Amino acid sequence: MSKMTLQDLRNLRDAKRQDVRARDSAGKSIRIIVGMGTCGIAAGAKETLNAIVDAVAAKNLADVLVRQTGCMGLCHSEPTVEVIQPGMPTVIYGCVNAAQAVQIVEQHVIGKRLLDSLICDRPAADIVH
Amino acid sequence: MAYKQFVLVCGGTGCESSHSSQLVDNLKKEVEAAGLAKTVQVVRTGCLGFCEKGPIVKVLPEETFYVQVKPEDARELVREHLVKGRPVTRLLYDRRQSHTFVGLDNIDFYQKQVRIVLRNCGVIDPDKIDEYIARDGYRALEKVLFEMTPDDVIKELEKSGLRGRGGAGFPTFKKWLFSKNVPSDQKYIVCNADEGDPGAYMDRSTLEGDPHSVLEAMIIAGHTIGATKGVIYIRAEYPLAVERLENAIKQARSYGLLGENILASGFSFDIEMRLGAGAFVCGEETALLASVEGNRGMPSPRPPFPAVKGLWGKPTVINNVETLANIPVILLKGGDWFGKIGTATSKGTKVFALTGKINNSGLIEVPMGTTLREIIFDIGGGIRNGRKFKAAQTGGPSGGVIPPEFLDTPIDYENLGKIGSIMGSGGLIVMDDTDCIVDVAKFYLDFTVDESCGKCAPCRVGGRTLFNYVERITKGLGKMEDLDQMRDVCHAMQRASLCGLGQTSPNPVLSTLRYFLDEYKEHIVEKKCRAAKCKNLLRYTIEPTKCVGCTACARVCPATAIAGERKKAHVIDQAKCIKCGQCFDVCKFHAVQRV
Repeated sequence: MSKMTLQDLRNLRDAKRQDVRARDSAGKSIRIIVGMGTCGIAAGAKETLNAIVDAVAAKNLADVLVRQTGCMGLCHSEPTVEVIQPGMPTVIYGCVNAAQAVQIVEQHVIGKRLLDSLICDRPAADIVH
Repeated sequence: MAYKQFVLVCGGTGCESSHSSQLVDNLKKEVEAAGLAKTVQVVRTGCLGFCEKGPIVKVLPEETFYVQVKPEDARELVREHLVKGRPVTRLLYDRRQSHTFVGLDNIDFYQKQVRIVLRNCGVIDPDKIDEYIARDGYRALEKVLFEMTPDDVIKELEKSGLRGRGGAGFPTFKKWLFSKNVPSDQKYIVCNADEGDPGAYMDRSTLEGDPHSVLEAMIIAGHTIGATKGVIYIRAEYPLAVERLENAIKQARSYGLLGENILASGFSFDIEMRLGAGAFVCGEETALLASVEGNRGMPSPRPPFPAVKGLWGKPTVINNVETLANIPVILLKGGDWFGKIGTATSKGTKVFALTGKINNSGLIEVPMGTTLREIIFDIGGGIRNGRKFKAAQTGGPSGGVIPPEFLDTPIDYENLGKIGSIMGSGGLIVMDDTDCIVDVAKFYLDFTVDESCGKCAPCRVGGRTLFNYVERITKGLGKMEDLDQMRDVCHAMQRASLCGLGQTSPNPVLSTLRYFLDEYKEHIVEKKCRAAKCKNLLRYTIEPTKCVGCTACARVCPATAIAGERKKAHVIDQAKCIKCGQCFDVCKFHAVQRV
């Protein structure tokens, strides 16, 4: 990281935008994003996150990137886990405990089946993109 | 073998009561019958949040959205959409149904929320500045530094109609303009992140989920008014938000977006953080500044206003977190765009922390003008456990209660003021018939009395006096004359208190007296609490036909108020009973009654 000029900032933005669009960060095509706002953490998101990280490592899934995000407003359904995967629809799972987190890795990521009963919807359209 | 399509059926409580599980079964049968079981997965989801038009069916990846789908529709859906690829138009959600209070064209409204302030929350990793930048982060700053003049910025803010989101609703452009026009060798931008209202956490989530939005706005504000220093005053009870902010500041500094000569523009601006120490009054701007200066947090008379003479006596713009988070979007999309959202006097959106006896509690962001009914019953999914809505409380300890008759009021600053409440910072607490309205008034008074700094008599003495009156009423010791006395104290506090804390702490009392006078009367005259909340007004009795004489209650009673022989009905001596409720809890035969 070093001090940027205007052109540096613009170049960085364009590069990162492509990144997000191509759903390909750090060379991995699958992203699992866990909500880690205070509401999520209070509901057990740290255990959920750890379970996912462990499951991904145990199954040797090199193509999976696990990340965190803030509160998306679905406080009643924390912990939330979003899965972005080519070939599968992007979904947000709510009320995910550690056991269900493992199921997400096994059933959704590997088995390419959506899990029952847990899907919720992002609460609003994206005004940025 | 991978599925090619997914049919999502909403399994939330609302849709469930309209037979969504039958719909799921039918869809699965039809998919099987059409030979698509290997390529189409039918899944039941949690609540998708569009309860008024359930059951909802969403088909992915094409994102087709069907509403009010009945179990009988399953066959047509499968045959037409999945087999033939033709969406069933009569069941499609009509996207032309635009929301009354948003004049924007391409936003999909089934969700009723418009997330401007929360645009990045839950989308980006707040610890990664690159993700903020990728989503138009710091692009508004570019515009401000290289394409706009400070007057241009003020003009856009004026067009937008943005008003302070901390609760007062003062036009933001005016505040910035006042500071801009005062010549001074040093000016300051202060972000008020003290968020003290009980139940409000809008600012916390914004800071935890998108700290850079606030940083960018502060740099822009600094450039506009001529300040080179910013302070974020954040309550110490938000350790995660503090951590995320510190991280964001560090990353912004290393990119040269904070500090000397930002983006080689010649403009320098840096931000430091100050932690609060648990005082609600430090959310009041003059008390906040006193705290930053190292003094006890106590307010001072205004004028002079901080915009003219604030931190260290210099012109200071103090803005709430939510106000600031709107700034980059307003400058990128234009004040006119923002001005299309909301009502005539209140533009844009408001973030609410929807909590209390509600099914879908959480943070919502809705256009101004959305009604309370839509918030509670559509977005919120209705009252928990099927109970009855009693009132909604907005504005925290400074606000009032809103009874059912006003459910269809479009929410904006003026409308809420007319019905005796305020917008406040965004806490929206939903109450049902198990909440005692006198107890609610007592709760808020307890809070404001505790938090009063004590500097001025109206608040220091008046608050305590009010609290004593209300507490006596909850104990069954109130008199009808008390109510007029209470109103007098309230009016005195409103007129003579030095700051907003004292001026507004009577609001919960005045508001509950206005709309729930009967409940006060019940407490005073009948000594009854209909919500069974006020302990002293409860009567515990034993129903003799249900009592089997097991003596369990007599054994736990700490006041030895229960008498009776084994296997014979027991009796509670009301004179001795201290109403602790242990007998009620321990009786397995529902013989102990509580009224």
